[in-house]
Amino acid sequence: MASHSDRRRFLKRGGALASFVIGTVRSLRGQTPAREAILKDSLAYGQPSPFDNTIRRTLGQATAISDTALTTPLQDLDGIITPSGLHFLMDHVKGVPDIDSKQHRLLVHGMVDHPLIYTMDELKRLPSVSRIYFLECNANNRPIRGPNGESVQNVHGRTSCSEWTGVLLSALLNECGVQKEASWIVAEGSDANKYTMSIPLAKAMDDILVAYAQNGEPVRPQQGYPLRLVVPGWEAIRSVKWLSRIKVVDQPYMAWHESGNNADTIPNGKGLWYRFEVGPNSVITRPSGGQRLPGRGFYEITGLAWTGGGAVTKVEVSVDGGRSYKEAALQQPVHRFAHTRFRFPWAWNGEETVLQSRCTDERGEVQPTVAEAAKNLGVPPDYFYQADHFNGVQPWKVNRDGSVQNALFL
Amino acid sequence: MRYSSSLLAAVIILSAWAAALAQGRTYQLGTTPTEEEIKTRDIAISPDGKELPPGSGTAKEGATIFAQKCAACHGPNGNGGGLARGIVPLGNAKPVKIGFSLVPYATTVWDFINRAMPQSKPGSLTADEVYAATAYVLYRNEVIKETDVLDAKSLPKVRMPNRDNFIPAQPGWKPGEKRPFGYYP
Repeated sequence: MASHSDRRRFLKRGGALASFVIGTVRSLRGQTPAREAILKDSLAYGQPSPFDNTIRRTLGQATAISDTALTTPLQDLDGIITPSGLHFLMDHVKGVPDIDSKQHRLLVHGMVDHPLIYTMDELKRLPSVSRIYFLECNANNRPIRGPNGESVQNVHGRTSCSEWTGVLLSALLNECGVQKEASWIVAEGSDANKYTMSIPLAKAMDDILVAYAQNGEPVRPQQGYPLRLVVPGWEAIRSVKWLSRIKVVDQPYMAWHESGNNADTIPNGKGLWYRFEVGPNSVITRPSGGQRLPGRGFYEITGLAWTGGGAVTKVEVSVDGGRSYKEAALQQPVHRFAHTRFRFPWAWNGEETVLQSRCTDERGEVQPTVAEAAKNLGVPPDYFYQADHFNGVQPWKVNRDGSVQNALFL
Repeated sequence: MRYSSSLLAAVIILSAWAAALAQGRTYQLGTTPTEEEIKTRDIAISPDGKELPPGSGTAKEGATIFAQKCAACHGPNGNGGGLARGIVPLGNAKPVKIGFSLVPYATTVWDFINRAMPQSKPGSLTADEVYAATAYVLYRNEVIKETDVLDAKSLPKVRMPNRDNFIPAQPGWKPGEKRPFGYYP
């Protein structure tokens, strides 16, 4: 009996395989072996057209690609979603760990009634949610001078936006029963450094995701495969990747990457810590630094806005260096804690000018210029040359020859 | 028939066993870790040091460990090398360097050395070695004396020079609140 059914199963599978092979051979007939290999690849996992290799992190931009810092080519992208393969990466952990999702476990413990260990299969059986959130490195849009500061990718390329799918952290914490004295969580990754961050319990119970999918497929290894935190609207240093442990505690633990290592100092010698939410921000991605307008005439100015305050409610564009602003159209729907695409019609008269954008969010917070930010902190504008946590207005100067350059410190 | 009914029984018994182990309140998923499993993985050290293990060390002992296991990356004098920044000054304050360390608690140093060092074999140091290496780093940053003994009791009591120099970007601001114009937050 067993051998008969085995044989039958074999024949069935063999038949299916044979028809697949025949189909493949037919569709690939007449191709060179190299071309055939490319086509086979494109069947297994779709590839962009070979005629379009612009949306790549090319080696041509020295600072755009390395093992430890991958930036998103914002100037080449449309809409609000960052393709998973172009998500930014800042390496705090000395290398992406190889993790077998079958062996991966999430331990939830500490000040809970019932500590629990989840396998990935168990996590995927729990009620899931999908949400579109940006992640932005707190070192993003640090003003950069010189040749490295000329493109929006180099200055602003440490923000990316994905549809994340996973379980709400609050659901996992509720399953374990959080004790009433608890006030923080400590989240830990399973990279070599066991990267650790403290997060207030209130945020954990609000909207933090324990995500296993990014843009419809498993989270990429560089983004935390198989499991990561996504902390909406907060500096991405809190969104722990390769997540393997949540400990519920009653105080912030001040782990290495959240203490002096990520603090800015101000001239009076104080260190600024626990910044949490990113500020209202926006940048014009086209036309932007390093690009060249072929001639006078119509152009659509487009860019991205985002804020840790929730939803972007208004983006204003100035085509005269900030002397006047007009409201841009926002791509609908606007998602809270997501990149928001703005578009603005513009006819270039061929004269030198400066383009810039300004974001306002649902709380009424407004993106400052570098001069305004400096005045508020009591520092010279140069301070932001090395400081993190900067969300100043980004001016792009359009020269008469159509070239576009970073005008922040011109 | 006999085969399938015993299979069914096995499935029932297995499910009952799994349900008994599963503790999740609503979905009955996940398993309860043993005390040992938690203990092995629970390496985070809080500022009050309650999780610190037994053991001890001094900067003198730490100097030997540093030469053997740390100097290759951090430089022979701890001032940094091609592979890693120095252990002096401790922290990476930007853009204005302030004196000594920008790390608020000595437990932070112990915790990071314990979990992440040495780079070639993170987590391989014994508790004594971590206490000694921590003592050496703190001694080199002029926080403690060369002969001070660090252990679970004394380490949390070490007063880091800038402990009170960390401030929120705006006093009193809490997540979710509107921030004054231009502050980040």
